[in-house]
Amino acid sequence: MAGEAKIQPYVRTEMAPTMPPPPSTVGIVGWMRANLFSDWINTILTLVGLYLVYITVDTIYDWAFYRAVWTGEDNKACLEKEVGFPVGACWAFVNAKFSQFVYGRYPFEERWRVDITFLVGAIGLAWMIIENLPYRKWVSVFMAAVFPIMALILLTGGNFELSSGSWKVLSFLAIAAFVGVAIVGVRAQSKGVDFDFSTALMIPAAIFAYLFFVFFLVDFDFGLRHVETPLWGGLLVTLVVAITGIVASLPIGILLALGRRSSMPVVRMASVIFIEFWRGVPLITVLFMSSVMLPLFLPEGVNFDKLLRCLIGVALFSAAYMAEVVRGGLQAIPKGQYEGAMALGLPYWKMMGLIVLPQALKLVIPGIVNTFIGLFKDTTLVLIIGLFDLLGIIQLNVTADAKWFAPSVHNTGYVFAGIAFWIFCFGMSRYSIYMENKLHTGHKR
Amino acid sequence: MKTKILSIAAGAAISMMAAQAASAATLDDVKKKGHIQCGVSQGLAGFSNPDDKGNWTGMDVDVCRAVAAAVFGDATKVKYTPLSAKERFTALQSGEVDMLSRNTTWTATRDTALGLNFAGVNYYDGQGFMVRKSLGVTSALQLAGAAVCTNTGTTTELNVADYFRANNMKYEVVAFEKADEVVQAYDKGRCDVYTTDASGLYSQRLKLSNADDHIVLPEIISKEPLGPVVRQGDDQWFNLVKWSLFLMVNAEEMGVTSKNVDEMKGSSNPAVKRLLGVEGNFGENLGVGNDWGYNIIKQVGNYGESFDANVGPDTPLGIARGVNALWSKGGIQYAPPVR
Repeated sequence: MAGEAKIQPYVRTEMAPTMPPPPSTVGIVGWMRANLFSDWINTILTLVGLYLVYITVDTIYDWAFYRAVWTGEDNKACLEKEVGFPVGACWAFVNAKFSQFVYGRYPFEERWRVDITFLVGAIGLAWMIIENLPYRKWVSVFMAAVFPIMALILLTGGNFELSSGSWKVLSFLAIAAFVGVAIVGVRAQSKGVDFDFSTALMIPAAIFAYLFFVFFLVDFDFGLRHVETPLWGGLLVTLVVAITGIVASLPIGILLALGRRSSMPVVRMASVIFIEFWRGVPLITVLFMSSVMLPLFLPEGVNFDKLLRCLIGVALFSAAYMAEVVRGGLQAIPKGQYEGAMALGLPYWKMMGLIVLPQALKLVIPGIVNTFIGLFKDTTLVLIIGLFDLLGIIQLNVTADAKWFAPSVHNTGYVFAGIAFWIFCFGMSRYSIYMENKLHTGHKR
Repeated sequence: MKTKILSIAAGAAISMMAAQAASAATLDDVKKKGHIQCGVSQGLAGFSNPDDKGNWTGMDVDVCRAVAAAVFGDATKVKYTPLSAKERFTALQSGEVDMLSRNTTWTATRDTALGLNFAGVNYYDGQGFMVRKSLGVTSALQLAGAAVCTNTGTTTELNVADYFRANNMKYEVVAFEKADEVVQAYDKGRCDVYTTDASGLYSQRLKLSNADDHIVLPEIISKEPLGPVVRQGDDQWFNLVKWSLFLMVNAEEMGVTSKNVDEMKGSSNPAVKRLLGVEGNFGENLGVGNDWGYNIIKQVGNYGESFDANVGPDTPLGIARGVNALWSKGGIQYAPPVR
């Protein structure tokens, strides 16, 4: 039996049970040991970092919440000698003035008009941004064609009583456009080129039908009280200036960028001159010229709206910047793309619209949004021509309303302005990143 | 050559016409459009600032309201154009505003070279100094060697330089762009003295962390008579603005207030009767209704009421009347009589 002694197998027949890893290397402790306290230098850095976070958060909490005043009627609520402790944030001030920050001096009983405009604008914008919602195309058409007119009529009250001259000019332009198309068509046909009259005439017909409708709406008396723009203020002015600038600058900028790369010398020179002129002057100068110099050149009694002057100035100014951003994108598109498009027989606008611009614009999304954010913050400059944007109206209340004079009010007002601007700019920035990720076809590194 | 001369002549004619148009009757224009377009500041506590509801209030605003009350019998028929210091005169010259009531100092240059007319003085201001009580200083002449906080590029800075040099005192300027920055710097102790217009000192004082620790020194080192301005060359409108202001001062002198104006209408005092338009046709001479005086006092109040309501001792600003008291009470506010 001894020879048959059982040989113990020295190979395991079954897997050894897996032991849990040492507690010091897993979970939160392990992560901290690996990342925060791996050696004594990192330990010191971690501790210093924690201390910095602590004092920052503590200071902010202390200022914004613990020592803050939330309710009050005037500066007595926020003065140290009245309340007995060093006051941090005076939110009572923001609370009391909030409606002024949003609407400026827009008449109370008419503010529902601003609310509706804000609401429709916000819903429409969200609808266009969020994917998978139905009717997105129609909402986009609504936002592009109807909403601006609606906002104009709601905010100003409409009923502009257009002179018969403006109707005549529009009619003349319409007739001229039709005649132009007809002449081009007849000449094309005489050369034997196939010319589709019905589609060619449809385009000006649609444009002018829309313009006539717009003129009619703007002229129509909806029974809304006229609210002149000096009464507008606060967030309303900031958004009107920024959105008009943003919406107008992109198409104009694209046209200018294409113009600057055009082979036609007149178009190229005109674009270059325009861009270099507007990029060469500071925005403050543009605003100042529009508000101070322009009235001196106009005949007595001809006085067009200060806000409108400012809107035009801002739009042209930002269009020049936008043009250069877009041009950067156009130059990044390889020549092969152009040649390929031409080889397919695409005419210029189709080549640009279908092949080049979609790629170019996608490339320069960061630059475009950068310009938008810059423009949004530049709207604060309208203060120097006596328009009160969000920052302007906060500054006005902080510096000029003796009822609310207190050191804490001062800081709170500017912090509030900072937070409000940050929310808008950060929102734009996030949307730009989202768009980049969505469109990053084939460029991911 | 001939055509060139012709075109120059045409240009000259057009510019003359434009000048004519600019000096045409503002009063008629105002009556036609139904409101007064009044240029005010972009916010100066007590003079033109928005209240909680966003309505403009203040002493400068009251002048606009008084003129509206005289023209329309309704002080609310004013539209305000907030103007920066730089654009205020162009706005008036170009006709964008009908009058300017924007804490504007009456100086020779502005009155003559700029084509403007000052229609009186609604506030006599002057540059003053504020110091900490703990310094124990009681006069500006004790400020030798002090660090002075002020705004850059204003006459304030020049006035300080003149004053200290004239009195052979050394000083150090700590200058900032904005009034708010100046106050903050003074509050943080970066300088010993804060100087600006006296009315400004009173309002900025409230932004200090402990307003009671500071005093305003008695010396006033410059003359800043602030008043409403109109375009030169329209005497009718000039008269109207001028007399609207005079009327408020006269009313205070005679003790007519917005509260007792209805009783005073039955007064036997001939001066009061003239003031309120019961006797005489002073309104007609100005191109407005004869009850213009009544309307101004009823709706806006007399000068003293306007002062007390906007900047006086019971307001947060707490400015004493000082030189702005009536001449009969030791000040220099003096208005020619209505007769």
